[in-house]
Amino acid sequence: MANKDIELMAHLMRRAGFGATRSELETRVQKGYDATVEELLDPESQPPVDRWEIMRYQPYAFRSGTIQNFGSSEWLQAMISSQRPLQEKLALFWYMLMPTGVAKTDHYQNENRRIHEFKEIGMGSFYDILMATAKTPGMLFYLDNIENNAKAVNENWGRELLELFSMGVGNYTEIDVREASRAFTGWTYELMLPRGPINRHDQNFIYRPEMHDDGEKTFLGQTGNFNGEDIIRIILQQPATAQFLARHMYNFFVADDVQVPAWGVTPPRDEAAVDLLADTLFESDYDIKKTLRVLFTSDFFKNARFEKIKNPAEIVVSTLRMVGGYEKPFPGLGDMSRQYGYMGMDLLNVPSVEGWHFGAEWINSGSLMRRINFTADMVGDASKPGIQDMINRIKESKKLTPVQLVDQCLDLMGPLDVTETSKQELVMYASEGGDLNFETDTDYEVRITELLQLIVSLREYQYA
Amino acid sequence: MTSTNKEPVIVVLQMSGGNDYLNTTIPYAEGIYRDSRPVVGVPDEKIIRIDSKIGLHPEMGPLKELYDSGDLAIIHGVGYKDSPRSHFRSMDIWHTCEPDKIGTEGWLGKITRELDPNKENVLTAVSFGAALPRALALPGVPVACVDDLDNYGLLPGIAKEQRNKILDRFARMYSPTIGSGAVMDYLGQTGLDTLEGADILKEAPKLYSSNVEYPDTTIAKKLKGIAQIHLANFGTRVFYCDHGSFDSHSNQVGMHDKLWKDISQGISAFFADLREHNASENVIMFLFSEFGRRVHDNGSGTDHGAGGVAFALGDKVVGGQYGEFPSMKPEHLEQGDVVPSMDFRGVYTTMVEDWFGLDANPIVNGNFEKLAYLK
Repeated sequence: MANKDIELMAHLMRRAGFGATRSELETRVQKGYDATVEELLDPESQPPVDRWEIMRYQPYAFRSGTIQNFGSSEWLQAMISSQRPLQEKLALFWYMLMPTGVAKTDHYQNENRRIHEFKEIGMGSFYDILMATAKTPGMLFYLDNIENNAKAVNENWGRELLELFSMGVGNYTEIDVREASRAFTGWTYELMLPRGPINRHDQNFIYRPEMHDDGEKTFLGQTGNFNGEDIIRIILQQPATAQFLARHMYNFFVADDVQVPAWGVTPPRDEAAVDLLADTLFESDYDIKKTLRVLFTSDFFKNARFEKIKNPAEIVVSTLRMVGGYEKPFPGLGDMSRQYGYMGMDLLNVPSVEGWHFGAEWINSGSLMRRINFTADMVGDASKPGIQDMINRIKESKKLTPVQLVDQCLDLMGPLDVTETSKQELVMYASEGGDLNFETDTDYEVRITELLQLIVSLREYQYA
Repeated sequence: MTSTNKEPVIVVLQMSGGNDYLNTTIPYAEGIYRDSRPVVGVPDEKIIRIDSKIGLHPEMGPLKELYDSGDLAIIHGVGYKDSPRSHFRSMDIWHTCEPDKIGTEGWLGKITRELDPNKENVLTAVSFGAALPRALALPGVPVACVDDLDNYGLLPGIAKEQRNKILDRFARMYSPTIGSGAVMDYLGQTGLDTLEGADILKEAPKLYSSNVEYPDTTIAKKLKGIAQIHLANFGTRVFYCDHGSFDSHSNQVGMHDKLWKDISQGISAFFADLREHNASENVIMFLFSEFGRRVHDNGSGTDHGAGGVAFALGDKVVGGQYGEFPSMKPEHLEQGDVVPSMDFRGVYTTMVEDWFGLDANPIVNGNFEKLAYLK
């Protein structure tokens, strides 16, 4: 099997999912790159995650109020075990683009509800995604639209819809913010009875005409008696919206761009790529699946290996998928769901509506130590099936020189590209034990896992 | 300003979960207290009275000693307007001083930036706990997060001898390489900073000796770690730790007792330790919780409330009580809670200006009346 094919498939699976084991990569290479893209884009072809299984083991994961240890545990379990990896990855994309946080909503059910909404419609049309976001209780509360009424317009949702979720600053006026907000007056939720455990009500969207501002509005040059649906429809008519979303897709799936607040003044890293994605979005009525197909099969995507810093969710989930043994609900799932928070990305509890800064900003001295220690702990456990599989594969060559051992490990951990300096240091480290002979050396597991631990400590390992 | 020639240091102890104000500094003389707390009310004979109105929780004996020696300031009715009664939101407000919008910059992060603008010391701020509290979060400000000082550092899971070899390789792998790009350089520098911070910190327990015995509790362990780092003179100015959970919705009686027992004993040992080493005069400690709890108990515990109590401790603290205990009369309560009578940002302002000598406005986001609880 050509290594280039494995490299490319590993790249696809890191970006369109959370990585894959070597056996899975080999199966997918057999199947072919384009066929794998099609499978990822057709999640219904694969079995769904069994929610009831998680419920049996971790009932609190479903109604966790504000209990942090359970808040994102259902989603974590799904990301680790799902056979529909792009569906999970896309939920992360949409959530990061339009985040809400339990710090304000105080309601993990509403946060998790959003993740399920994204899994359901995240590959559909951006219109549906924005509509669902406008109506979901978590967002109605997070951006105060429940307080937005004809008598007292609250602009929080209207403003962020334009600035952060669809068009980006500079493409609309303050008057447009005002008019959009007026159109969303009366979009609120009602409380469902009975009240759930930990004092949380379920809530459902309701339109209250008596709160709605029925007057005429002028939004982005169009005038009419608009409601929220009209605003979203008009937003999607703007080429700026396609550009903005395309740039987000490029930034999330292809390569780290500058931080979003600088987008108004700094052109995209690859303008041609973003233009192509934007045109696809615009011409297809914002068909996300179609646009992702263009993205994943493009040369700019295939040439962007290791052009992103992994976010903490990617670190945790891809490590657990790699070492294996976490596919079924496991003891300690709740504690595990805190790990990405310790690395600076507390899922379902975003620091602000602007979302997380990404790329190199994931890294500081505290978070780097967390990332390295977490990953090293995981790959240091030779009893894990994924690590056993690597050891068995290495074992097939009865005897290895230090250089061969390092090459094999780098290959199985990625395949990973490293600088000459890093390679040299790894080889020097491996040389301390001399050649590795599986027939005579009894400590081979320790030697291999220690080398794996040094590899996950590399700067290069922080890239996706 | 302080008259100490040593650099001022703050230790913040966060009581997570909402400490029950009324059972901490107890308004024992008021009938409403007794009437409202048929289940969780502290029996009169156990209350440690400090004056004709207020008494301390029975487990706060060690703190009573600090109070009597004039080293403990009790600050009544602390909070802010329209308390949301949500743990997360309220804690965020305390951390960022932003009650009206979602803030991302922590007040102690801003203090750290002012104290060490050129990032000369990777240990200017040290937090004990797994997650970085938002109070210390500020992009570009390094904070060492320590879980366990004895095992702090990179790759603690690897046996010592092998680990030294690996870390040696690590330092070389993270050294600057020409032409590898800005992000690789940044990662390299961060890795080396991490290593440096860990190298320095791991010396602290070795340099430490003391006659003070700390109790075997999680909070005492954290405070001992803070004492070790402080006594090692690494230049750390901001320490953070937390204890909890104080979220006593049910079975409050035993739970709240244990929490205050551990905190009081831990703090007592901490200050005894610093004094033994003649290292207490430049340290103040600040205790707070995100909110107090409801006046009326719920038959087993108490629900989320609003106004709470904060404490400042140390040689440079002017002991006593500050502010007024808010009225518990039913007509003065909001949603059953005592209304905060003191804005927490005013309490912070005293520390920012009179302890660190910094301009408080940009740190607490506004001008607030301060209290003279520091010498």
